[in-house]
Formats: sequence, C-alpha cells, structure tokens
Amino acid sequence: MSEFPVPAAARLPVRKTYKLYLGGGFPRSESGRSYPVTSAEGEPLAHAALASRKDARDAVVAARRAFAPWAARTAYNRGQILYRVAEMMEGRRAQFVQETIDAEGLDTARAEEVVSAAVDRWVYYAGWTDKVTQVLGGTNPVSGPYDNRSVPEPTGVVAVLAPPKSPLLGLVSVIAPVIATGNTAVVVASEPHPLPAVTLAEALATSDLPGGVVNILTGRLAELAPPLASHADVNALDLAGAGERAAELEEAAATTLTRVLRPRPSTDWAAAPGLSRITPFLETKTVWHPVGI
Amino acid sequence: MPDTAPAPGLPRATDNASLRAFLHGLPGVDEVGARARAAALATRSLKTTAKAYAIDLAIRMVDLTTLEGADTPGKVRALSAKARRPDPDDRGVPHVAAVCVYPDLVPVAVDALRGSPVAVASVATAFPAGRAPLEAKLADTRQAVADGADEIDMVIDRGAFLAGDYRKVHEEIVAVREACARPGGEPAHLKVILETGELAAYDNVRRASWLAMLAGADFIKTSTGKVNPAATLPVTLVMLEAVRDFRAATGRQVGVKPAGGIRTTKDALRHLVLVNETTGPDWLDPSWFRLGASSLLNDLLMQRTRLATGTYPGPDHYTLD
Amino acid sequence: MADTTFAYAPAPESRAVVSLRPAYGLFIDGAFTPPTERLITTVNPADEESLAEVSVADEGDVDRAVTAARRAFEQVWSPMPPAERGKYLFRISRIIQERARELAVLESLDNGKPIKESRDVDIPLAAAHFFYYAGWADKLAHAGFGAAPRPLGVAAQVIPWNFPLLMLAWKIAPALATGNTVVLKPAETTPLTALLFAEICQQAELPPGVVNIVTGAADTGRALIAHPGTDKVAFTGSTEVGREIARTVAGTRKKLTLELGGKGANIVYDDAPLDQAVEGIVNGIFFNQGHVCCAGSRLLVQESIAEEVLHRLKERVSRLRLGDPLDKNTDIGAINSAEQLARIRALAQTGRDEGSQDWAPDCELPAHGYWFAPTIFTGVTQAHRIAREEIFGPVLSVLTFRTPDEAVEKANNTPYGLSAGVWTEKGSRMLWTAGRLRAGVVWSNTFNKFDPTSPFGGYRESGYGREGGRHGLEAYLDV
Repeated sequence: MSEFPVPAAARLPVRKTYKLYLGGGFPRSESGRSYPVTSAEGEPLAHAALASRKDARDAVVAARRAFAPWAARTAYNRGQILYRVAEMMEGRRAQFVQETIDAEGLDTARAEEVVSAAVDRWVYYAGWTDKVTQVLGGTNPVSGPYDNRSVPEPTGVVAVLAPPKSPLLGLVSVIAPVIATGNTAVVVASEPHPLPAVTLAEALATSDLPGGVVNILTGRLAELAPPLASHADVNALDLAGAGERAAELEEAAATTLTRVLRPRPSTDWAAAPGLSRITPFLETKTVWHPVGI
Repeated sequence: MPDTAPAPGLPRATDNASLRAFLHGLPGVDEVGARARAAALATRSLKTTAKAYAIDLAIRMVDLTTLEGADTPGKVRALSAKARRPDPDDRGVPHVAAVCVYPDLVPVAVDALRGSPVAVASVATAFPAGRAPLEAKLADTRQAVADGADEIDMVIDRGAFLAGDYRKVHEEIVAVREACARPGGEPAHLKVILETGELAAYDNVRRASWLAMLAGADFIKTSTGKVNPAATLPVTLVMLEAVRDFRAATGRQVGVKPAGGIRTTKDALRHLVLVNETTGPDWLDPSWFRLGASSLLNDLLMQRTRLATGTYPGPDHYTLD
Repeated sequence: MADTTFAYAPAPESRAVVSLRPAYGLFIDGAFTPPTERLITTVNPADEESLAEVSVADEGDVDRAVTAARRAFEQVWSPMPPAERGKYLFRISRIIQERARELAVLESLDNGKPIKESRDVDIPLAAAHFFYYAGWADKLAHAGFGAAPRPLGVAAQVIPWNFPLLMLAWKIAPALATGNTVVLKPAETTPLTALLFAEICQQAELPPGVVNIVTGAADTGRALIAHPGTDKVAFTGSTEVGREIARTVAGTRKKLTLELGGKGANIVYDDAPLDQAVEGIVNGIFFNQGHVCCAGSRLLVQESIAEEVLHRLKERVSRLRLGDPLDKNTDIGAINSAEQLARIRALAQTGRDEGSQDWAPDCELPAHGYWFAPTIFTGVTQAHRIAREEIFGPVLSVLTFRTPDEAVEKANNTPYGLSAGVWTEKGSRMLWTAGRLRAGVVWSNTFNKFDPTSPFGGYRESGYGREGGRHGLEAYLDV
C-alpha cells in the first residue's frame, strides 16, 4: 500500500470511504468502480466512487420521488432546513478547511474564508425560501372580473454540473439556490476534487433534509453529464461545470425541452449571487378565478 | 303541490330541512360565467326575414302592463284596445298575449277584452311588496279570479326566502295556487314573481325558481318592475336553465316571464335568442314565454314598420297606450 | 318572405372594408420590396379561394432584414429615449383600434376563424398588448431586472397561424418596449394581417428597420432562426419544431423562449357550477376550432356526474353554429388548412381505431373549404393517442376520475404542461387542485381567458419563458 503514507501515530486512524449520496443513503457505485483523487499538489488523497450511468438514472428516480413532498414543504420549513445545513457545516468546519486546502491548494486562512463563504451561502439561501414568491409573483390587474395571480413554482428535478475548480463554495452555490425553492437536485461533483462534495453530503444527511432532495454523484463528467442532459425526467440543467461540453449538452437537452442555465465565462463564486441562480429553475404559474357572488 | 308524485331526485317532503337540502344541492351558478354567456348571446345578429318573424313573435309574447297608482278604467280600456290591435293601421300586426293590471281593474279589462284572444292577467298577493297577511293575499287572489282574471301574477315572500324559511314561501305559493281554482272551470294560470333584484345572487335565483316550480307555478317571472334591477339577460338565462332542468327532471314544462326594463326591440330579441339557445324552440311560444312590458310594444311596432318599409317612423305614429 | 320559425338569417360582416393587393413583397427596413420571384398563395380556408400571393424570403432576404434590424437597433431604437419608444407603441395600439374591423375581417378571411372571435378577442387583445407594453418602455428600471436593464439586440420571431395578429402582438410589443428590434416571420398560411401590420408601422412612422416582416414557409423560418446576426429567438408553434429550434440555438449566445403545444386537462368536479362548466368545456375545446395550444382538449369529469355532464354538453354542442366565418352568428369556423384538416382526420380515425366512441352533432359541412364538425370522444383512456397527442382541432377526449388525487394525477400524466381547468364551487379544493397541476396557466371556473398583464407559458415540453405581464419583459432583456 505504497499509495498512502503510513501514519506516524501509534493508533491507526479510521479512514473515510468516500461514497455517493443517493436517495438519502451513501452507496458505492453500483458499478463497483472508484477512481483515485489527488490533492492540488498531486498527492494521493483517497479513492472516490466512480458513478455509472445507472447511478445517474437511479439518482434521477430518487430526486423525482423526493420532489413533490419537498416542494410541498412550507417555505419556512425549507428555510429552517437550509439553515440547519449551515449549522452542520460549521460543525465540520475543520474537515471542510482541510479538504479545501487539499483540493484547491489554498493556505489555511484562505481556505477558512472559502468555508465561511460556503456556510454563509446556505444562510443566504435559507433566507430566500420565503421571499421568492412575493418578489417574483404577484397579482395581475386583468381587464375583467377575475382574480389573477402568478406564483413561482419549482421546475422539478434539476441536474447540476458543479464547477470543477471551486469544489466547495462553487458546489454550495449551485445546490442551495436549486433546492431553496423546492426543486430537487442530481449533482455531478467536481471531477478532480470530489471529496468536499461527499463531506457536504454528510452534512446534508444530518440536516433534516429529506433523502433524495440532493443526490451527489462523483465520477467522470463525460460519462454522467450526457445521460442527465438527455434524460426525459430531468426538468432543468445547470451547466456551471460543463466547460467545453456546454454546447453539446444544451443540444442534448433540447430533445425534451429541458431548461438550461448556460455557464458564464468566468464566475466569481465569492460574489453575491442575488436571484441569478434561483429564477432559471422556476416556472411561473398563473391562476385565474372569477370574482362574483 | 304538483299533480304528479315527486320525480326521483326531487325533495320528498316540503318541510324546511328537505327543501333546504334540495335547493342547496342544486348546481351553483357562477356569476361571471352566467353574465359572460348572456353577453355572448347578446351578440347574436337577427337580420331581415328572421328579424321580422322574431318581432311578431315578441309582440305575441307581450304582457301589456300598467301598474300605476294612477291607473283608471279609461287607461285600462285604452290599453286593452291596443292589446287587441296594436297598430290600428296594420291588421297584419298580431295581438299581444295579455293585459296585466292591478286586481281592482280586472273587471274593466275583462269587459274591454271580451271576445278577444287577449288574456287578462292580474297581479295579486299584495303586489309589489307582498307584505300582507296570507289571508289578505288569498282574498286578493280569489277576488281577481272571481272577477275573471285568466292569469295571476303573485309575488313570493322575499323576506322569508332570504331568512331561509323556504317552507313558508312554498306554502304560500301552494295556497295561492289553490286560490286560483275556478269552480267548474280551468284554474287561473299562476305566474310566480321571484323579484330577482332582491335575491342578491344567481344561486338564489336558481333556488327560488325551483322552489316556485316545486310549489306548482305555471310560470316563473323575474320582477315586479318596481325594483331595480328588474329583468336582466343573465337572470332570464338562469331561470331558463331552471325550467329546462325542471322539465328534464319532472316532465312538466314551466313558462318564463322576464318583466321590467325590457324597453327596446333589441332587448326583446336578445331575450328570444336566450330562449332559443337555452331551452330551445319548445319555449318560443306565448304559452311558455312572455315579456312583461309597457313601452316595449311601440318600439317593436316601429321596428316592424322600418323593416317592412325601410323608413323609420316617428313615435307619434303609434298610440301612446 | 316571412319565416315561419325562429331562426337566424345570414348576417355576414362586409368584406368591403378589406382591400388586398394581388401580391405582397417583404417588409424590410421600413418599405415593401417588390414581390419575390417565388410566391406562395394564401387562401381563404372557408372556400379555398385565393386571397393573395405573398413572397418567399430566402437566406439573402433574411440577411437583409436582420441587417436592417441591427442598424435600426444600434442607430435609432436603442439610443432613443424610452418614453419616445413607448409613444410609438401607444400609437400602434391606437391604429390597431382604429382599423380593428378591417383587421378582424382580414384575420377571419385568412385564418377561417369566426368573425365574432377575431372581432371580440384577437384584435382587441392585440391592441391591448401594445398599449400595455407601451407603458413599460420608460419604466423598466422598476420591473425587477436591475436598475438599467439592457435590451438584447435583434430578435428573430416566428409565429403560428392560430392567432396571427395576436401572436404578432405578443412577440413584437415586449420586444420593442424593451428596446430591441425584430424580424418576424408570420405563418405560411396566415401572413396577411402581419403584412397589414407592416402598413400600420408605416402609418405610425415607426423608424425603418425596427420591425421587419419576412413571409415564407418553413425554410424561411429556419433561415431566420439560424441567422448568426440575431440575439434572441422567440417561437410559438409545435413542440416538434420547438425541439429543432432549441437544438439550433444550443451553444450560441441567443436567448430562447418557446411557447409550444399542450394537452390541457379540464377537470370538472361533482360540485361544479354545471351550466358554466359546460360553457367552459365548449369554450375550452371549440374556441377557434380547437386551434389553441392551451385548449382544454382532455375533459376529466368526476364519474358521479359524467353522464349528466355529457348529456348537457351534447345538447349544448348541438346548438353550435358551424359555417361562414364572416357570419356574425358563426361559432365554429373553418379549419385553417388542408394539411391541418388531414391531421385532425387522421387522429380522429386513430381514436375510433383504438376503441373510443365519437359523437358529433348533425351539422352540415359546407361543400368547399376545410371543415371538421365539433367532435366528442368518450370511452377514452390515458393510453389512447387522442388522450396524449395534441390534435389542434375541435376534438374533445372525455375521461373520468373518482377522486381529486386521481384527477390531478391524470391531468399531469402528459409531457406537456401549458394549461388546465378546474371547476368546483369549493374554494379550498380549487386551490388544492390548482397548486398541484403542473401547468403554466390554470383557469378555475373559467377557461381560455387572456390578458396582456397576465403571464402565459408552459411547463415541461410546452416550452419555456413567459409572455405577458412583467414576466414577459425578461425574455427581451439581458438578465
């Protein structure tokens, strides 16, 4: 086992197995495959599960099953749960900092900033859950005796390709806005740096977040993204981490009219996001009703 | 009570609970939808020969009405003459359906219309408010029938209806219907005025229509003409739906009479279109549809002349009453 | 000669108000080109008579139109003070109102829809749409898209034949209000009101190039969608073409909105206001001959009242008057084209083949033109093609349900998600149902109502983006 250095301490530490997060559980890939993950400096860190197309399909099934009940939660309840995720991350702060150092090659102070920003992002979106409806919806003054309202609703299952170079803050920045409004997510984590995603999954699993609301796949973007993009039961696609594959994935998504959020050339994941990642995953429903006696 | 036993789905008893359960189980009426339907039908266009037929039909359906405190025998005699021959210059103009007067003037109308096919209708039951003891209402009715009225236009007790006392409304109609009996002859036809302008909602118009029909009304009539709004297209629509459904449920056909506020030929033709499209042609007959009006007749005559001659005559070419 | 029964004599609206040219050029840069060499004939679907010939724009023509639109965007329209832009739109709205009868007659001639619909729905709503968005032009900072939202540039717009002028208004009004310029392609079979609209632009003295109208068939549409010089694509039409457009636009900078097909469910609960529900069912599927993307083409009726509702419905449908679209008393006009008629016939045949029972009232179809009697299929299940595929014609499929859960499940059991109807007198059940329907527009105790202030658009394969209201601005802003 020359791949991993032997620890100096007398007691042998218990290492973590990095698995997928799927339907609330932590399975290995059904394919039984894994791939080695190295640090920014090229040091071996661990093996991550190498998810298969079948895992991706299973994740969509789990996300679909979770969608209706998650969307039906009150906005207040979703806000509470998102805030709870922030609390759980804070509790695992040291681990996130270390993984961020390993993955991004940052110094400790900078990694602390990244983790703080990631925690704060959950808090930010926890506050959005019960504001979105008023900000984006409203009453329409139609010319007739009708009550007419438009409300934003979650679009459904969102496939999220997380940004490869910002494996924690970028990851949180693409997941939180999707689920804040009641969508469920199938996330392809950063291919080179998947470990923070698995640790985030552990925080999610202990945050009262129902199983299946967030499903995290680790593995090859080239293998996982195309079946998700063309999957008929995926309602929207966040191409944040698609890189050069964005155009071909958008084309694949066209077949089932999947909503697509195109990648922006250079996204600063530390910047305040506003509603920019919330609105692309919302539908507007307009309801008419006569007014009379 | 109707002569026939209640059809399945009709209330088995006439206690308040049974009536209430039945009337509140009728399908609701969406106000906006009913208005929209009436407005859509109001855009129907009647031209040329169709219009000529419809105008004559409307004339035949008119209950030529005078219900003023200042009515005199002279006024009623003049009105009766007009009812028999609406246009003295044109014998092709049909007579109207009936003359409608207060009870004390029934003998005058009967006398003036003797030998003509024009019926005499009398309002009764302490018209228009209906606020009198039942005995007074019945006496009012009996007298009018005894004096020769062919038709009785009674008012329902709106106060009782709005208070939810459906039994009282029902009983009164039944009692008045009994008072319409004529020894050794046909009973007077009973038209029941719902006074829809006081019923507040179309749901209530439908319920009151059914209540009146269940109690034996031969006709249901919108209004006294003394309350605004009187006959409106959506109200007539809802009542037509009620008589249509009542016939489907019981086999008995009941007539409809919008009254008050119908002043122009256009108003009258719009009502006929409503009948045609709601109940169908079975009701397009003076036996089943009447227009309670006074000034309408002259407008119908003017439009009739215009259609025949192409020129629009002035109002002074027609007799005032 | 006097009639002996109550009837409606023919009441045709006069055609004299419309004057047609024998052949039309393209409207590019504020002027009509001479007619192109290739022409297509647009016919009156009610009698198959030729109305006029219109040009077929090729790639070169499309390029000239896009170039004109680009120049107008950069030099005139985008720099113009927003309030002035708005005043042009107000002016256009007013001219549409002034020429409403002419537009209505022309729309009915070219499309086959009853004059009462073009007169009372299409044209007034088109005018209202311009009036509504005119007012937005100088208030965009308050629309919730940032302090100074920018237009996209040149918009390529392709519209269908079912509501020709109204769909034009839905496309052009918000595009212009936000500072974009447009190249619009009307449908092959209904180009005439768009060409009259071009004249209205001239009459309004709209700067040249702000609105360009290129006529033609599918190839013209493809050329316009694929042209690299546009920044925005907006399409209303079939889901099939929508997919093709989404593929074409993939990987470009162009913003895309799609308003596509539907298979709307109209749910009637046992406590519905029945007479109004029957009207709503009729309006839901027979309005505009069922050529409506948001039509209530699937009636879901609670089993306990199914028989009664069907009885009432058939009585009501028997009173519909089919015939001359220009007759003011016509309820059902002509099918827009021979091609569409063939499609409706084929799908209706499928319904019969799959074991559903069809019913249509006794109604005489005119000898010439494209006609299809209003038809009701019963005994339909979710598995039947007529319950799944958009027919886009006057054909209603009737299904039943037992519980609200089942109603919602069946309503949502389609890849589409454009519209739905709910009929009940119980407010809480209405809200429960409306909340669960995966559809962009839910009409409760009404159907097929539209308003410029009210966002319209689909879930799922019915497209994306919204038209109408504040929401409709987003499609034309760089946000």
